[in-house]
Amino acid sequence: MTLSLPGALLRWRPTDLSGRMARWGLVIVLVYALLAVATPLLIHTGLLPDPNAGLDSPIYAAPSLGRWCGTDRLGRDVCVRTLAGSGVALQVVLLALITALLIGVPLGMLSGYLGGWLDRILVLLMDTLYTLPVLLLSVVLAFLLGRGLPNAAAALCVVYIPQYFRVVRNQTAQVKAELYVEAARSLGAGPLWILRRYLLRNVITSVPVLLTLNAADAVLVLGGLGFLGLGLPEAIPEWGADLQQALTAVPTGIWWTALYPGLAMFVLVLGLSFLGEGMEAWVSGSDGGRGS
Amino acid sequence: MSRRRQLLRYLASRLLLAPVMLWLIATLVFLLLRLAPGDPIDALLGMRAPEAARAALRQQLGLDQPLLVQYGKFLLDLVHGDLGASLTNQTPVAEVIGQSLPASLELGVCALLIAAVLGLAVGFSGIARPEGKVDLAGRLYGIGTYALPPFWAAMVVQLVFAVWLGWLPVGGRFPASLVAPTVTGFYLLDSLRAWNWEQFNGTVRHLVLPAATLGLLLSGIFANALRLNLRRALRSDYVEAARSRGLGETRVVLHHALPNALLPVLTITGITVASLIGGALLIEVTYSWPGIAFRLQEAIGQRDYPLVQGIVVVVAGLVVLVGVAVDLLVALLDPRISF
Repeated sequence: MTLSLPGALLRWRPTDLSGRMARWGLVIVLVYALLAVATPLLIHTGLLPDPNAGLDSPIYAAPSLGRWCGTDRLGRDVCVRTLAGSGVALQVVLLALITALLIGVPLGMLSGYLGGWLDRILVLLMDTLYTLPVLLLSVVLAFLLGRGLPNAAAALCVVYIPQYFRVVRNQTAQVKAELYVEAARSLGAGPLWILRRYLLRNVITSVPVLLTLNAADAVLVLGGLGFLGLGLPEAIPEWGADLQQALTAVPTGIWWTALYPGLAMFVLVLGLSFLGEGMEAWVSGSDGGRGS
Repeated sequence: MSRRRQLLRYLASRLLLAPVMLWLIATLVFLLLRLAPGDPIDALLGMRAPEAARAALRQQLGLDQPLLVQYGKFLLDLVHGDLGASLTNQTPVAEVIGQSLPASLELGVCALLIAAVLGLAVGFSGIARPEGKVDLAGRLYGIGTYALPPFWAAMVVQLVFAVWLGWLPVGGRFPASLVAPTVTGFYLLDSLRAWNWEQFNGTVRHLVLPAATLGLLLSGIFANALRLNLRRALRSDYVEAARSRGLGETRVVLHHALPNALLPVLTITGITVASLIGGALLIEVTYSWPGIAFRLQEAIGQRDYPLVQGIVVVVAGLVVLVGVAVDLLVALLDPRISF
């Protein structure tokens, strides 16, 4: 990967698409992270208007020099709401995935290492969860948990636990069968020591890729929840919920409320996917795509 | 053991696992709906409803019974195909699902066909020059279609083709000015059978945008799968052997590599069905397409617990069954699979 080389951006090297994708992905994600930090600060200092303030502005005003992206049906600034959405999305997705990681990885290790009936039951349960369509499962959970930032994160997190469980469980079961692990165990090494010594390295290489690709997916699912009127409370500016409100205006030809939040979401998912795919190719040492 | 017996054993184990998974899903949905924080009665009537009304509703829903009794009744009813009654209008849930499922299937099958044709064409186009510009564009196409939020893509398509160009209707399934065909609920088939051109035309005009949007979103999965498998097949020994026998490149690709690359794509189709349902949920809502996902969205809005429960169980069941069917089909078609 040629991340550190500034001149690499200028060189067109078709064989190294993964490196280029990782680079662009990183740039995009960093820009969003920067916006996520900067927007609340700018709103706080008054340089940007409050994303929820709009009662004194005209509703459905078309984009103009004063308001670059126009206003929505409550007269709120579409630009500011779109910018503020990046922080919300990153926050929820990060919270959800870290929770999924903290539950899925230890559970996978335990299941793979212990084996037996506990392993079988957990695998069956996780496989069943994995079979369910992601959006359907999180819709049900979000419906039950109600609106709220931690609730939305919890609804997302359950969807991703099986993925970490599967990867870690299979790797643990594989490593456990290796001869050198057998040797270490016969020399008196405990399970914790073995897991840390032989497994962590494998997990550390495969989990970040999964994490990045899942983050891309989670942004879409969170948007889907918002679009269906679930997930975050109404006071928090979120792309999916804004798009739901924009939907009613589409037949009248009002495009600006629909275009910008969706575009922001699309580019963030694109950036995360690029980063994940680039990392995947880099880790596996070949130029592949998303596998089957 | 002979291959035939191995195959039979595999089929049997796969078929036996399906009911277990269905039972697990049903149990999971049941437990989630009962154990989740928040009282459904509160959600339905509000906190300040009179105690008598709350007790009556609780009894009507069977929520006053012990959990185990509720669970037993739920499973027994489920086996008999009884999914309870909708809270809003007392229609049996099975009837609501039966009415809206054909619309979803019609949209889903059309979208899957579009996705397969479009995706396989894109996936195949890069094969002449691997790592060439067409091949790279194909890879970016796969990621790009994945990254599109389905509802946003649908809104953009609506804006361009329905609002600005005015070629097609914005949403719905059938023109309001016509009488909808009634036999099977599949409007395409019904209108064709009745030989009613007006009905058929109206159906197609409403179907084009949602099916094309969903098909476009899913086509990336097919494109990626074919691209990867075709490339793997072209690197294999039998392709090398075919080339060294002096066969032309076209023949090698079409007769040797392609059949082997298409089989894994069939497996992908099974997986796609799960994403199809996620995408269809959002597409149906965006286009006001009166399918099962649209009903689910309505049921969620009305906090209609039995309807939500019924739809989720039925949809999850469909996903499991399609998965099993595809696995069996691949096992029957592929002589190399060992179990």
